[in-house]
Amino acid sequence: MNLHLPDLPIQWSNFIKVIEKGKLATSFFNSLIYSAGSVILCVLFAALAAYVLSRNQTKLNKFLYMFIVLGITLPINYVALTRVLQFLHLNNTAVGIILLYTGTQLPFMTFLIHGFVAKVPVELDEAAVIDGCGPVHLFFLIVFPMLKPAIATSTVLTFLNTWNEFVSPLYFLNRTEQWPMTLSVYNFFGMYFKDWNLVCADILLTSLPVLIVYLLGQKYIVSGMTAGAVKG
Amino acid sequence: MNRNKVYPRYFALGALIIYFVFFFLPGLIGVGYSFTDWSAYSDELHYVGFENFKTVFSSDENYMKIITNTLEFTLITTILKNVIGLVLALLLTKSIRFLNMHRGIVFMPSVLSTLIIGMIFKSILDPKSGLLNSFFRSIGLEMLAKKWLVSSELAFGSVMAVDIWRGVGYIMTILIAGILSISSDYYEAAAIDGAGGWKKFRYITFPLILPTLATTTVLNVIYGLKVFDMVYALTNGGPGKATTEVLYTAVFKKFGTGQYAVGTALSSVMFVIMIFVGIYMIRVMTKNEVVE
Repeated sequence: MNLHLPDLPIQWSNFIKVIEKGKLATSFFNSLIYSAGSVILCVLFAALAAYVLSRNQTKLNKFLYMFIVLGITLPINYVALTRVLQFLHLNNTAVGIILLYTGTQLPFMTFLIHGFVAKVPVELDEAAVIDGCGPVHLFFLIVFPMLKPAIATSTVLTFLNTWNEFVSPLYFLNRTEQWPMTLSVYNFFGMYFKDWNLVCADILLTSLPVLIVYLLGQKYIVSGMTAGAVKG
Repeated sequence: MNRNKVYPRYFALGALIIYFVFFFLPGLIGVGYSFTDWSAYSDELHYVGFENFKTVFSSDENYMKIITNTLEFTLITTILKNVIGLVLALLLTKSIRFLNMHRGIVFMPSVLSTLIIGMIFKSILDPKSGLLNSFFRSIGLEMLAKKWLVSSELAFGSVMAVDIWRGVGYIMTILIAGILSISSDYYEAAAIDGAGGWKKFRYITFPLILPTLATTTVLNVIYGLKVFDMVYALTNGGPGKATTEVLYTAVFKKFGTGQYAVGTALSSVMFVIMIFVGIYMIRVMTKNEVVE
């Protein structure tokens, strides 16, 4: 291996070979489904929970918030999780993986949005309630639009985290046609570890979505990752 | 305004159910399974008492090594990520050219898949054909071309070094936000009083970013104790017997060999510890929650 620039013409055929041999199209769509599914579920439920638990700080709600946020530190017991998934018949299914991802991402995203809900003035809610707005309309029509920056941040972060996630598929997806991109690239590396041209092409294609999201959403990523770390 | 009516608790149900079933519940029943002989080889479960925990904490097995490895990894990466992150943050809050580009580049590894970074470094650190050793040989420093990941003395250090490289940008970014939130009045006053660069750092910057450092420490510790991808991709616990084995790679191996009970016991040790430690960590994090 050396650091010469590649000779011209550039070998585009590597990418085509990798897409075919590494079954990248399938794993790309798998990753996309897993990430998109968990982004929607996680952001929606995290926003709902953060909103209620921040606005109505009863003793029970404070406890429930702590309980959810405690998940940031807790390890997942993957071994016992197989039992839960078996019981729910979700082993080796996309739904199982999506719910699992959602569960692991919820604590941090709830924490992130919770800090933001406090900044949305309560007077808005009061005005809406006086005008006869019900709780569901109040949240979706009045508060949710105000939470846009936090929603954007948690969307980007959940997408990145789930796209890069590798452990859960390793435990819970046995069939290659269900694998996300990270697992496929690792497997590909195992088979073609001598063909660095192919491995690098595979790595590049796998990282591309993440890099694009990073470049487009840099602002949101930084603000999300530093949320709660710095006193404003 | 009736708060319970306007902010109904059922809004939080979705999050609570998914979090409980797919995250917390496995931890709980995992503790229960730790007291059984659960394995891939038989369908029956028997209560075996503290047998699995005895195995985990016995001196003749490698498990204690795994636990000390995990703690060593956490301690060293936490300290070095904080120190290097702080130095980088101090440098990148000065007025230099292309500031955002520098920050962006240092931060970039944090968004890439840890697994892929591990794979790339596995090739860079390859003793024979890797880039690092080729580089050392080409400039005549043959003696620096070591067996980074395959010798038992260097492997763990190499794994930690790669992980520090990957994680330092994230810590730096948080610290930059912390440094930028310090009012410039302090520095102006100090400058008038004749304080130099070191004194400004020692008496203004450092005390004022201590809360931020507390948070980065918490984040690093949480990450370090749960580390898996990096070790799995670089060495998978080897070379030799458990040289770089950490808790989560060990659990995965027990899962692979069907020794579910021991695997879940190892996980449960951490789960129970983290429930108690975690509450304090979360307090540190939520205390600084931004309320602007």
